[in-house]
Order: sequence, then structure tokens, then C-alpha cells
Amino acid sequence: MIITTPKEFDHILSNLRDVDAESVFLVGCGSCATVAKTGGEPELLAAAAKLQEAGYTVLGHTVGTEITCNVGGTRSTIRKNAEVIREADAVIVFACGSGVQTVAEFVDVPVFPALDSVFLGAIVRQGEFSERCRMCGDCILDKTAGICPLTQCPKGLLNGPCGGMWDGMCEVIPDHECAHVRIQRRLEKQHRLQPISLPPKNYGVSLKPGHVNIRKPRVRKSLSDRSESGEKNTARTQGER
Amino acid sequence: MGRFREKLEVGEFVITGEVAPPRGNNCDRMLAEVKAYASVADAVNITDNQGATLHLSALAASRLTLDTGLVEPVFQQTCRDRNRLALESDLLAASTYGLENFLAVTGDNPHAGDHPQAKGVFDIDSTQLIRVACDLNEGHDMNGNPIDGATDFYVGAAAFPEAEPWDIQKRRIAGKIDAGARFFQTQACMDIEVFARRVLEIKDMGAHVIAGVLLLKSERTINFINNRLAGLMVSDSVAREIISAKDPYETSVRIAIEQAKVLFEVADGIHMMPLGDIETGVGILREAGVVSK
Repeated sequence: MIITTPKEFDHILSNLRDVDAESVFLVGCGSCATVAKTGGEPELLAAAAKLQEAGYTVLGHTVGTEITCNVGGTRSTIRKNAEVIREADAVIVFACGSGVQTVAEFVDVPVFPALDSVFLGAIVRQGEFSERCRMCGDCILDKTAGICPLTQCPKGLLNGPCGGMWDGMCEVIPDHECAHVRIQRRLEKQHRLQPISLPPKNYGVSLKPGHVNIRKPRVRKSLSDRSESGEKNTARTQGER
Repeated sequence: MGRFREKLEVGEFVITGEVAPPRGNNCDRMLAEVKAYASVADAVNITDNQGATLHLSALAASRLTLDTGLVEPVFQQTCRDRNRLALESDLLAASTYGLENFLAVTGDNPHAGDHPQAKGVFDIDSTQLIRVACDLNEGHDMNGNPIDGATDFYVGAAAFPEAEPWDIQKRRIAGKIDAGARFFQTQACMDIEVFARRVLEIKDMGAHVIAGVLLLKSERTINFINNRLAGLMVSDSVAREIISAKDPYETSVRIAIEQAKVLFEVADGIHMMPLGDIETGVGILREAGVVSK
């Protein structure tokens, strides 16, 4: 799940002032931001009240059950609210960065983020989240007993501990057990041997922006087939990266 | 071959010191410290943005030190500020400057320094950096592609003999030796009995050990080490002995002399950390009989 935290309210107000906005429309997210309690219905209602108090007209809001980063779903949500959004001077999105960009694709007025996307995390319990994965594209959890040193070690060292480890605890976050100590102990418990050192990671695999396409390539029909069926020339190959 | 490498490899005892490049381009103080070490040290480590705080580049400062002709520098690189391409490139530059001794360290996290907004790079770690330097020595880059002109670095690493859990620390040291580290410069000695035992263990693993001796000076210094320096803690008994003494400075000098005497017997060298009081550091080595009076 993408973990988000709210931006300072003053930051949002400053963005609105920059474009001389008087009226706004709010978009939340029915998935991660709802669970994180940063972009669900209650958070949008609270933000709407604060914005009104600050003198802004809130023309409406939408959360629904849609995942804001779903391009098709968001396009249809925006279309459903098109008339109201057209009246707004700005749209404020309470979702991760991916959600903000998806909304911005379908809206002509300025779109501002209300949240910061902080990490990909696990839900420890309701309201508590913990980062577990950096999405590096080159997973080594098979070698590190299911504990990611890239994420769990603040320095992201593959071979550790660093010189700052003290009594098995992390130098940077002193109340955390050193990730490398945890890895070593779990490997021992499983009677597994860690390689004496791990080689450098291949960051070449995580070319930005990432793109994955598992859809079957469309079969390109011949021109004669298309002319026979009267189909327009819309087929395109699906690119792989 | 430099004298520092030669002495370690033939089993002669070495002395190293440590100098921080300036926070600016005025190198007078740094060069004065280099000069102060020159009478006893075989090499002086040149730190790389130590404590994640801005200093003149270690590469430039190492060259300036070498150019004095007074003492060999140990060029340090951390993995914090540069990616693998920049580290390799700087190693090649170091080699063209005639720098031979190289120490690979992880580096403190940027949050601890004076640029806490900086991104910690850590593209590779210190074990991997050791291997990179050895790759260049073998005439190829870390991807195995040949380079035009091989380097000849004498590669070292950091070790923390008193860190617990020791089995995990020892495994890391083994990884560094496997990657190509020939010598270790250690974190400062606190409990001499534990420290000496572990120095011998590291030597048994096939590397030379230059043992750290730190001048604890005063209660203020002890508090600074315990609260600000990563991974180093002054034991309660040593802290009590120094703080409760009539003359804490004199007591810390005595403790350092005692440590140096033991380490002269068990280690391959001493890395003196007198925290700016270089003359006192030299005096400690003389009193311990490590260097001639």
C-alpha cells in the first residue's frame, strides 16, 4: 500500500493563492489514502470545512470506491463531475502522486496535491504503517531471509552492519535492531548460509518512468482484412520496456 | 611501493594519524597537522567529509599531503556522497596523483551532518568499494571491462573490534578481507582486554591491524563521543575513572599509554586519535615505547 501523509494546510492555501483561486473541487482516493486516513470521505469533509473557513468555495468532492490512480476509473469520475469541475478554479487531490497525476491528465484547471507520498508500506495495525520495499526492481529477499537491507537499513547497505551499529542496534534509528543483525540471525535460525558478501545492485533495471505491460499484443490485421470489415486503422502494437 | 605498505607487509610496526581537510580552501591548519604527525607517523588518513559535514575533498587534501613529502596519506572514500561511477573515476584520479594507500568506509548518514537535506548515495557499500579498488588494480573496472593503465592501491578498511554482536562484526570483516582488504584501521580501543583478543582474531584471518587509540581528555570529550559519534561508546568504568580523577587529562593520557603498550605487542600498528592534541599523541607513543624518545 502507498502510504501518504497530509501536507501542511498553509502549503495548500499558498498554492491556491498563487493561482488566485476562489473555488475548488476536492478528489479523494477510495483505496490507499482511505486506509491511511489521509484521503477518504472524512478527511475530505474536514478539509472542505477548513477551506470554507479560510474563505474558499468548495464546489464539491468525490471519493467513491475508485482507486484514483486507475486511469480509466478516474477519467469516468472526472467526466461525471465535469460540470462542477469546470466551474472550479483549482482541484485538490487527496491521493498519492500517481493519483494526482492521473487526475491532472483529465482536468484543465490547476491540480494540487494535498498529500505527500512517503513510502510503500505494510499496515502494522490500523493507523500504523511501516516501510518494507523500495521497489528497486532487483529483489534480493531470497538471499537476505525475507528482510530487505535496502529498505530496512537507513543507509541501504547490502553488506553490513556499518561501523555505527552498537549492541545490535541501528546507529541512525537507535531503537531499531540493525537490519543486518536481523538478517544474520534469521538465516542462522533457518540453517542457511549468507554469501560472504553481496555484489552491487543492478539499478539499471529500474529505468524511470517504469512501465509494465502484460496484455497480449493485438494482432495486426492486414489492410485487406480491415477494408473488408470496414474497420478503422486503429490497431497499434503494445510496446514492452 | 610506499614505505607504509612495505612496513606492514614485512611485519614492521606502523603509526598512523588522522587529519581532516579544511572547511574551506585554507589548508594552513591541515598542513600544520600533517607536519606535526610527520615525526612519528608512517601515514596520515585524510578523511572524506567526516561526520557527513562539508570539507575540502579528500582527493585534493591527499594530494596536498603527498606533495609535502613529509608523510604518506591514506586516501579515504566514503560511499555516502558518490555513486559507483564517481568513486571509480576518483580512484583513477587518485592513482594519477600517485596516491597509493586507500581506505574504503561506509560513511555517516547525511542526517547526522551539516547538510541533513542531502541524499545519502550508498550506491555501493564499503565491502563492494574494496573490491572495486582491487578490480582497478587488476586492470579492469567493476564490470570487468579493461582500463588503460592499472592502479596499484594498497587497500584497507575499517573495523570495530569491540562491537557486539561480535560474530556478525567478524563476518563483515571476513567479507572485507575476501573483497581484498589488506589492512584494517580500527575504531578506538575502550576495553583493552576484549580489544586485544579481537585484534589477534582479525590478524588470524589474514589482515594487518592498525589499532585505534583515542585520547579521551575530559568529561566533555566523553559526552561528545557517547552522544555524537556514531557507534562508539566509552565504557562506564573508563568514563568514571577519567571524570572522577583529580586531573582528567593526565588520567586519559595514562590510559592511552597503557593501551598503546599492550597494542604494541599484539597489533601491527597504532592509529593515533589525539583529537587535535597531536603533540600529546606523539608523547603517548614515546612514553609507551612505541617510537623512540
